[in-house]
Amino acid sequence: MFDITVNGVRHRVDVVPEMPLLWVLRDELGITSPKYGCGIAQCGACTVQVDGAAVRSCQARMADIAGKAITTIEAVGNGKLHPVQEAWIEHQVPQCGYCQTGQIIQAISLLETIPNPTDEDINEVMSGNLCRCGTYERIRVAIHAAAKKIGGI
Amino acid sequence: MVHVPSLSRRAFVFGSVAVAGGVAFGQYGHAEQAPSSAVATNPLTAELGPNSVTFNPWVEISPEKITLIAQHADKGQGVGSIQALMIAEELDLEPGQFEIRFAGPSPAYFNTGFAHELAPFMAADQSPEAEKARAAALEWLRKAGLQMTGGSSAIPDTYEKLRMAGAIARETLKAAAAKRSGVAAADLRTEAGSVILPEGTKIPYVALSADAAKITPVAVAKLREPSQWRFIGKPMERLDIRSKVTGEMKFGIDRTMDGMVYAAVKLNPNKGQPIKSYDASKAQSMPGVQTILKISNGIAVIATNSWYAMQAAEVVDCVWEPSKYPAEQADHWNVVASSFAPRFLGKEWRNDGKIDAGLEDGTLVEAEYRAPYVGHQPLEPLNGIGIVTDRGMEIWVGHQTPQSVQFIAATAIGMKPEQVTFHNEWMGGSFGHRLEFENIRVLAEIANQMRGIPVKLIFSRKEDFLQDIPRQIAMGRYRGSVKDGKIIAADLQVAATAPFKELQARMGAPTKDPDGQLAVGIWNVYYNIPNYRATSFEVQGLSPSTTWRSVGASANGFFTESFIDELMHAAGLDPLMARIEMCKIPIYRKLLETVGEMADWKGPLGSGKGRGVAFVESFGTAVAEIVEVTMTDAGIKIDKVWVAADVGKVVDPVNFENLVQGGVVWGLGHAMNCELTYAKGAVQQTNYNHHEAMRMYQCPVIEVRGLENDYTVRGIGEPPVPPAAPALANAIFAATGKRIREMPFNKFIDFV
Ligand code: FES
Ligand code: FES
Repeated sequence: MFDITVNGVRHRVDVVPEMPLLWVLRDELGITSPKYGCGIAQCGACTVQVDGAAVRSCQARMADIAGKAITTIEAVGNGKLHPVQEAWIEHQVPQCGYCQTGQIIQAISLLETIPNPTDEDINEVMSGNLCRCGTYERIRVAIHAAAKKIGGI
Repeated sequence: MVHVPSLSRRAFVFGSVAVAGGVAFGQYGHAEQAPSSAVATNPLTAELGPNSVTFNPWVEISPEKITLIAQHADKGQGVGSIQALMIAEELDLEPGQFEIRFAGPSPAYFNTGFAHELAPFMAADQSPEAEKARAAALEWLRKAGLQMTGGSSAIPDTYEKLRMAGAIARETLKAAAAKRSGVAAADLRTEAGSVILPEGTKIPYVALSADAAKITPVAVAKLREPSQWRFIGKPMERLDIRSKVTGEMKFGIDRTMDGMVYAAVKLNPNKGQPIKSYDASKAQSMPGVQTILKISNGIAVIATNSWYAMQAAEVVDCVWEPSKYPAEQADHWNVVASSFAPRFLGKEWRNDGKIDAGLEDGTLVEAEYRAPYVGHQPLEPLNGIGIVTDRGMEIWVGHQTPQSVQFIAATAIGMKPEQVTFHNEWMGGSFGHRLEFENIRVLAEIANQMRGIPVKLIFSRKEDFLQDIPRQIAMGRYRGSVKDGKIIAADLQVAATAPFKELQARMGAPTKDPDGQLAVGIWNVYYNIPNYRATSFEVQGLSPSTTWRSVGASANGFFTESFIDELMHAAGLDPLMARIEMCKIPIYRKLLETVGEMADWKGPLGSGKGRGVAFVESFGTAVAEIVEVTMTDAGIKIDKVWVAADVGKVVDPVNFENLVQGGVVWGLGHAMNCELTYAKGAVQQTNYNHHEAMRMYQCPVIEVRGLENDYTVRGIGEPPVPPAAPALANAIFAATGKRIREMPFNKFIDFV
């Protein structure tokens, strides 16, 4: 039995210690916004926040995550849309959208460490997030737009 | 006198569709005769609730809500949104006032958009005989009743019929309101989901559903003038954007059902071959495992969680029947290379002038090109939920061909297609993957052994790679000649596995006709070359292959546009200027001029920089691209791409740009970085680290312009793909002097 807190709600789950957080969220708790893409830290579709940091949930074992605070896309904006989400809508980033929850959480984390990223910064941080539909350029544009929103410019 | 194409040629092309209709879709008796009106076969009628009305297969109104039916499946290309908005345009609905539901299987949703592709005339041909052949193809499609999303056909198929569906619904609602209010229909108007009486009273459509159900729908309605459009052609927000940004969107993989179990599979990586035996003793006792089942080509683990199921499936020891195709990749290439022989002839698609004399007359240029197998690998892996009872099977799965899902699932478990109830899902990508059936057949087999229990199947990424039926493997042997600064001959021979023909066979509709997809990119070439021959050979006995975003053109476009560049270089011509000069079709010439203007083309750039151009028409849509690269110490860097595409009418401009950019990323990324290779009968690449395509750090800025000169509306899902690879290869040549004639390019040159 493990305790985890997801989006402020405590849950108790009965799984083996090795089970990745991704599958605890998806199959045990029914929280399906983190997506399964590769299972080996190659795509970023499963990205969630663990104690505020962007983490590949397919690589986070339950035993290591217990007691930590998990945030999924549903709660990144504290009841509103996060400025990154707003920028994603304004620039119509998604195609299929399957990668996008992971992209957004990664972008939020990027902007927390580098509030005004250059294209090179964005390429560096976001290249771990695969988009098979090829929305990369729109992601770059949306991140710049979100940086402006957050900075109040 | 106009030349009328011989009947045999037409019959021959339609013949393959005829079989598709007859075998795979023969269960629809009423599809045999053309419906007198859409209402006659409206599949919504059967399940209509009380006091509800349906005017045609795309609009349903109950006292509670308005539902618009999306007949084309959404795999990310945005048709889930635009189909509804085209209805809403005429029906006067605002976003938020209706629900969208994907269509169930029905011949009422036959795809009119394939008519152009099936008629053996080039896209730009507006001659009466071409139009006649297209009309005949359309009639044929109506009878076949084939409902399929693919071939960049969603907009061409629906552009008129969905607006008409909306207009008919609107006029019928007005007629119902006229009857109720006593005001003449001509004095009524509609706005935002209501009929509005002259004095201003609003009657919501939902309040009219019961009345509207009692009257005969109006037969004809006039479509609005484009100047009156509120949505079409204007920047609009895709209706699925918000839910994809908030995480609310439920894809097929996200669906759950009460009492369901989770399944994972391990299947014979020797594609198409069965399992011989297995030992599951280790897996049996692993956590969460409920049972382990044998299915025809592997095993399935049923567990309480997908991860438990995948972990256990991984350790089941299986003995596989070996592959029927060569076990090692080098032998695949050997087979391709030996297929340029009469007995593998697909078809000689074109023979203009005197090819032998033309080749002898000038300076000969020869080149061989290769395109490997590549994977589709949409980010959402194959999945599905199925439940089998004695009465039949119900299946929830994202797929592009609903009727084929019924056929495949039913065949797998000895049922009839009409016993399979199909529900489509929003898809996390497809690129052709979800035209195939690996997950369907396997899910049917598993659910059949677990009768009464809903089974949720997810392929692990590794399994998805191993079972992915790849793009065709292809080789081009090209010869041409130049003389006095002109290209005077080109003889294009392609040998490849036959992707579309194979797909048809798997759909239960085998054909002996040559695969028309292998003609694309060698036949529909619009340059003025007096002696020209285009021939396809169909390679036998290799890995199965299938349609991969842009299909035949993805390989042939690369070969042909690279070779045209080689010939132009040999003739001392500027690659853009010469293409413009040699192009026979005025609107395509305009496209080349446009892309040149966008890039401010002025010839060679020098100092380690180079630009390449390519122009390919596929699925009727002509696309020209220019790629600019810089040779850096770390390798080739792609600086920028310019794209001009002519689709007749840009219906959804923001999404259009997104799709074009995505197509370029798809074309470039796979050409640079991807191949699937076989060893011991299995594909060696089992996750994205082996098959990366493009990541953000390699992605250039992509500038897009949509032109509207074509005489009919065209699709854009696939056509931006084929020019990307040759434009890049030509740019690399311009920057470095190195010709790359084989994909993936990273075998020959480093990229940043
Ligand atoms: S599923 Fe975790 S990185 Fe791909
Ligand atoms: S939007 Fe489809 S994978 Fe990124």
